Amino acid sequence: MPALQIHQEMLSPQTAAALIQLCPFGALSMENGRLEINAACKMCRLCVKRGPAGVMEIVEDEVAQQPADLSDWNGIAVYAQQVRGEIAPVVPELLGKARQLAGVVRAPVYALLIGHGMGEQARRLLHFGADTVYVYDDPLLSDFRVLPYAAVFEDMIRRVKPSAVLVGATNLGRSLAPRVAARFATGLTADCTRLEMKPNGDLVQIRPAFGGNIMAQIITPKHRPQFCTVRYKVFPTPCPEAPHGRIQPMAIEPERLRCGTTVLEHRPKDVEADITDADAVVVVGRGIKSQRDLALAQKLADALGAQLACTRPLVENGWFNPKRQVGLSGRTIAPRLLVTLGVSGAVQFTAAIRGAETVLAINNDPDAPIFEAAQVGMVGDLYAVVPMLLEKIRLHAEEACQIG
Amino acid sequence: MHIMVCIKQVPATSQVEVDERTGVLKRDGSAAKINPYDLYALEAALKLREETDGRVDVISMGPPQAKAALLEALHIGADAGYLLTDRRFAGSDVLATARALCAGILACGRYDLILCGKQTTDGDTAQVGPEVAELLGIEHASYVQRLTADSQAVVAEINMGEGTLVQRIPFPCLLTVEKDINTPRLPSYRRSLTMDEQQITVRTLGDLAADDPRLYGLSGSPTQVERIFPPEAQTGRVYWTGTAEQIADQAYALLAARKYI
Ligand SMILES: Cc1cc2nc3c(=O)[nH]c(=O)nc-3n(C[C@H](O)[C@H](O)[C@H](O)COP(=O)(O)OP(=O)(O)OC[C@H]3O[C@@H](n4cnc5c(N)ncnc54)[C@H](O)[C@@H]3O)c2cc1C
Ligand SMILES: Nc1ncnc2c1ncn2[C@@H]1O[C@H](COP(=O)(O)O)[C@@H](O)[C@H]1O
Repeated sequence: MPALQIHQEMLSPQTAAALIQLCPFGALSMENGRLEINAACKMCRLCVKRGPAGVMEIVEDEVAQQPADLSDWNGIAVYAQQVRGEIAPVVPELLGKARQLAGVVRAPVYALLIGHGMGEQARRLLHFGADTVYVYDDPLLSDFRVLPYAAVFEDMIRRVKPSAVLVGATNLGRSLAPRVAARFATGLTADCTRLEMKPNGDLVQIRPAFGGNIMAQIITPKHRPQFCTVRYKVFPTPCPEAPHGRIQPMAIEPERLRCGTTVLEHRPKDVEADITDADAVVVVGRGIKSQRDLALAQKLADALGAQLACTRPLVENGWFNPKRQVGLSGRTIAPRLLVTLGVSGAVQFTAAIRGAETVLAINNDPDAPIFEAAQVGMVGDLYAVVPMLLEKIRLHAEEACQIG
Repeated sequence: MHIMVCIKQVPATSQVEVDERTGVLKRDGSAAKINPYDLYALEAALKLREETDGRVDVISMGPPQAKAALLEALHIGADAGYLLTDRRFAGSDVLATARALCAGILACGRYDLILCGKQTTDGDTAQVGPEVAELLGIEHASYVQRLTADSQAVVAEINMGEGTLVQRIPFPCLLTVEKDINTPRLPSYRRSLTMDEQQITVRTLGDLAADDPRLYGLSGSPTQVERIFPPEAQTGRVYWTGTAEQIADQAYALLAARKYI
């Protein structure tokens, strides 16, 4: 394992102060006249790269040898989350990605299906390119309880030994994946936005980090399996193909499915319009000055057949339900059309709109970062542009009626 | 009931800016606060203490400055604080953090319930809680949006996204709580007069019954950050300026051409 070393002899009070200032995490401080690293260190290595030359050094382990058994692990497993007979929509996306990654190392793609009475679902997974679908079907697995599910996950991993495991970053996935990763004392990278495979089998996991203003590229070089979670709509849904794989029913001792938790109730949420699946979305940001003015944005959304969504500050001040927040701590969206009104374009926001086909941004600040993320940037006052645009749409609709 | 709440100190500003020219992260001072999501966990613990009469401790792994976060938790209502701080915790990823918290909690005694926030604003993984539960060998539930307890178990309403799952989970267990579970109270002036750093115990790795120091900090972290880089911008963009009328015209033409209207 690499470690950070400080060459105290090369330090002057000035360079020490500069280093302390440089560290974004406040992980460097003077203690008894020595520069020390504390627990806040994230190993971002900025001090090595940008600090005074030669003071901070990364010392790699001398025996950087990989444990021999890494090569025992092969293939990419996707957790095929299902709820009440429905495969979660993130699953085909993960299978498509897994296929691509597996191509690099010529490895198989596995799907893991856990539940009870799942009917045709295993077959559906074959259409998305799984080579083997492992199915654990048991009445004790009909509702989600984390320990029985973790026991099954563990059983599959021990028997199949996949090199990488992809899990959807749903609430269920984010509860289950860490449990299983910790059981194998291996790494888990949350909310990856990009995944790549190295020829040596290392999974390159890229995610926004440190509040989102920077991307971190993470690997798990000495542990298997390599775990990551990915959100819905980060990767494209592959086209269904003719199945070539097989379904493998799996059995596990019932004792391993018992735990103290009992499910009292499982009620579905009221189906209300959801911004994640919307074809068109209008997002308002803090450029909207008062709650009353949301009516203007709603009119535009109606005219475009779009859902109205918002940035985080508008949820914080109570104008919107959190379900309508787009962003890293909200929903990821991938509509065909996205219009942003008075949104500055912070990375925490733009990270969640990468899948959008066409992005139109209206902002009166020509330097707003949203213009980096938009195909069409409109520099202007939304209070002037939007009413005018609505007027044009209205006129056109009237014309169309007259002709029709 | 004995409850332990895991809290983390995070940067007070969410805006970590990157200097365009040098690529260096700019830190706006070193102001720090309690991870806002952890305040809901603390409030949930204090509510349960009111109902069942027990104690609420808080624990944090972090640099020596994180004492301030624990002190604030005491002023809000916790009974005692534990700070795990050691240079050898530096560079901890999720697993190494969970190991430290697990060892730290075991060193503090027996707890019926461990509460975590749903995620942190800096690490932002929502994984530390479930990993702590696994290492402690106890049951857990994430995203709990309503919570009641009797002397043997909690009844937790879990937000599953697609629906709500209600589970009865026996003690000992760990829960991570949702943001809307309650409204956190503010620090009390009266408590700030009586609670001070005396109620905070500082422990290093050496104080914990830690099996192997190499399992903590960077050397205990299976994940490695290979590199960091700024997010990339998209290309192929157009940029319209002009009067509102001109812009609206162009926008209309584009929306119509692409059949959005
Ligand atoms: C860990 C973390 C997670 C986060 N998660 C999210 C998230 O999920 N979603 C999210 O949105 N944010 C998130 N944020 C916050 C994010 O950093 C920004 O603060 C936020 O996105 C800014 O929202 P905004 O664009 O509405 O407001 P501002 O940044 O205030 O931007 C308002 C914009 O409107 C423009 N404007 C003002 N008046 C007009 C006008 N009359 N006409 C046209 N334009 C006008 C201004 O030029 C400005 O660019 C997160 C932050 C952190 C640290
Ligand atoms: N260093 C830490 N010290 C104490 N608790 C922590 C620490 N890191 C994470 N936690 C707890 O774990 C939760 C999830 O954190 P994270 O996985 O970083 O999003 C937080 O809300 C805290 O309750």
